[in-house]
Amino acid sequence: MEQQSDNAILTRPETNSGRVIISDKTPEPMSDTKRIKKSYRQIRAEKWFRHLIFYVALATIILVLGIMVTLAWQSKLSIQSSGFGFLWGKTWDPVRDVFGVYPFLLGTLLTSFLALILSIPFSFAVAIFLGEYYRKGWVPDLLKNTVELIAAVPSVIYGFWGLAVLVPIVRGFETKIGVDPVGLGIFTSSLILAIMIIPYAASLGRSMIQMVPANLKEAAYSLGATRWEVIRSVILPYTRSGLFAGIMLSLGRALGETMAVTMVIGNTSLIPKNIFSPGNTMASVIANEFTEADHPVYLSALIELGLVLFVVTVIINMVGKRMIKGFSN
Amino acid sequence: MRNHVKYRIGKSIGFQALTILLSVACVVPLIFILVYIIQAGITKINWQFLTNLPKPVGEKGGGIANALLGSIIIIATSSVIAIPFGILCGIYLSENKNSKLAYWSRLCIDVLQGIPSIVIGIVAYFWLVKPLGGFSSLSGSVALAIMMLPIVVRSTEETLLLLPDSLREAAYALGMPFHRVILKVIVPCGISGILSGVMLSIARITGETAPLLFTAFGNPYLSTNIFKPMQSLPLLIFNYATSPYNDWHDLAWGASCILLIWVLLLNISTKLLTRKWKVQL
Amino acid sequence: MESTIIRSINYNAYFGDNHVVKNVNIEIPRNNVVAVMGPSGCGKTTFLRGVNRMHELIPGATAKGQIMLNGEDVLEMHPIFVRLKIGMVFQRPNPFPNLSIYDNVIAGYKLNGIKLPKAEKDKIVEHSLTRVALWNEVKDSLTKKGSFLSGGQQQRLCIARAVAMEPEVLLFDEPTSALDPISTSTVEELFHELKKNYTLIIVTHNMQQAARVSDKTAFFYMGELVEYDNTKQMFTNPKDIRTQNYITGRFS
Repeated sequence: MEQQSDNAILTRPETNSGRVIISDKTPEPMSDTKRIKKSYRQIRAEKWFRHLIFYVALATIILVLGIMVTLAWQSKLSIQSSGFGFLWGKTWDPVRDVFGVYPFLLGTLLTSFLALILSIPFSFAVAIFLGEYYRKGWVPDLLKNTVELIAAVPSVIYGFWGLAVLVPIVRGFETKIGVDPVGLGIFTSSLILAIMIIPYAASLGRSMIQMVPANLKEAAYSLGATRWEVIRSVILPYTRSGLFAGIMLSLGRALGETMAVTMVIGNTSLIPKNIFSPGNTMASVIANEFTEADHPVYLSALIELGLVLFVVTVIINMVGKRMIKGFSN
Repeated sequence: MRNHVKYRIGKSIGFQALTILLSVACVVPLIFILVYIIQAGITKINWQFLTNLPKPVGEKGGGIANALLGSIIIIATSSVIAIPFGILCGIYLSENKNSKLAYWSRLCIDVLQGIPSIVIGIVAYFWLVKPLGGFSSLSGSVALAIMMLPIVVRSTEETLLLLPDSLREAAYALGMPFHRVILKVIVPCGISGILSGVMLSIARITGETAPLLFTAFGNPYLSTNIFKPMQSLPLLIFNYATSPYNDWHDLAWGASCILLIWVLLLNISTKLLTRKWKVQL
Repeated sequence: MESTIIRSINYNAYFGDNHVVKNVNIEIPRNNVVAVMGPSGCGKTTFLRGVNRMHELIPGATAKGQIMLNGEDVLEMHPIFVRLKIGMVFQRPNPFPNLSIYDNVIAGYKLNGIKLPKAEKDKIVEHSLTRVALWNEVKDSLTKKGSFLSGGQQQRLCIARAVAMEPEVLLFDEPTSALDPISTSTVEELFHELKKNYTLIIVTHNMQQAARVSDKTAFFYMGELVEYDNTKQMFTNPKDIRTQNYITGRFS
């Protein structure tokens, strides 16, 4: 169909056909060759961009591999000299080149698990409060934001506050119960750590609890269950693996925590006698002694400790994340 | 029967009360800490405090200028490294979600997120401090950039995945090439989520100390050289808080107050800004 | 000038191993409105999206055969060039939510980095919005965001956006299925106007719409082009039994 028009016929050289625009108010048609030239440039740029993001994603993999290789390589010296005795050796004596990290493993486990035990009731309470009882409104929003703020406070500030406020209180408590009144020690570290890890299990727990389908709860209510019974018999079993994953993630966080613990744990390489003794965790020993390591084996031993820390926290985090993924599906 | 039901209802109310009690109890230590730190620190802050360098023990009038400037420089450098990298990676992961590379890259980002900060400091030591022959703020920035990466990548990827495919289709149908669809349509529509990830990552590293212990190391003087050691606010707090001198404790309190307010402001403004900039789809 | 603007020759489309469009041979005449109808899953949308190379955006999607636009094979050209000449309007209106109405209309230029003087841009915006009967409704609020318009207005905005690129062909993928009846009839009136300057291919699941707006109709069933004829002929005297069953409502 051909139609007449007052305006110029627009020809497109590359297709060898004419096309006519009909209208009273045809705008000046944009030069088509300009558009075609632009498109060629764009096709080149598009390839370049696709390659760019590909290599960036590849680089993240290389980064992690590089981290693992660096840790392993730098620990080689210590692995060769200490062997497996590293892990259960009870003495850490850099002067005599005896490197056994059992005291630090113990310190890490004690502080982390004690912190977990102390924090779980609170994390769960917040999770249930926000996920089940009070989901909407300004009060739960306030609580949610405040709990999130706990995670935002820098670790070194918790440590400083612990040093200035908590240690004297614990010292006083220790005097009352007849233990060495040092103030610093595993117990104090666990207290601070407990506060610091509350937000992790709380926020994960909350999202898990919110995901429980309403019809399951309604089924229980329609049978005459009270709210507590619905929580106990429907919500908790349903979210069990998710809550456990939240605990794993809190644990992972506790294991890697350095500064606050370093400042209040007392920094000794002796095996802690009880929870009120001073001690060290894997992270705190690295923080304290890294810059003092004056010979290669010493430094390598610290790196090997870092490697152990790396492996343990990564495994716990990955397990936790897998459980969450499994739960969400 | 009725008594038994009353008992069950009572138990339920009791549990609710317990939940409320414990939840509120969580908040108490936080508020107590915040108030204590601000109280202890606010009196130490004055113009001299912000512009002077730390003085040797015994001399009055020390300040934290080196730490303030150092923190800003270190954070800025980390951001320059991590943000473009992280956003580009997030774009790849959201636009190629089923590829093998995306699977492994996501896995590595998950691993990165779980690595303790002190271990990252160790790695940065061997990558940058040893080869360059000394402590440097650059090595500290690299360590912090590695910590920022997972947050930026995660939030970019999630934000872009949330955007409907119809948006992409409209752009493609207009003859747009891939990079323009992403950079001119998708990213602008998702800018609020991406921005919140960026700000959260900055808030996260502002208070980090462990990775800087043996990378940036600290510096009693004002420095802008990224190849030399530099002081940062959390590092200063750590060093001075654990020292035996009261003068230095005072500095640490003032510094703690500033750091705390800085981090809290960052977090709060992140929440407000992202709410405001959200694009109505 | 040839009267056929688009000709598909043995066009096949696949999702992985799934053969969704089977050997379609169709000739679309210039400045016609061609409706493509058929039951759900018959391949009509897949065929439409193959014409402007949107089909391959889905991972695992492939196509074979030829689609000639004015004698040039669309499947051999780079998709960007194809889409400059063949525009598309989608089922759910999708104006860019972060752009104003004005910017939405010229999005094809602006977001592609093609710089035009303001006078020219103004002309294109006014012209395109007039073409879709939207100019008078929005001319005072061109700087407002597109998402504040009603569903029918948003869809007309999307048509204006496609028209602004001065394509030769406009593809519509069930353009009114998400709209209320009044907006639907407004959009259908547009088709009569638009075909003066463009060729329209409209996929619809609404038989009455096909009968109302189109010059020719294609009936797809199970991936095949079963029948293709002038609309009047197709609806009064269909040649294939499957077409007859569809039209009489034996299945939808």
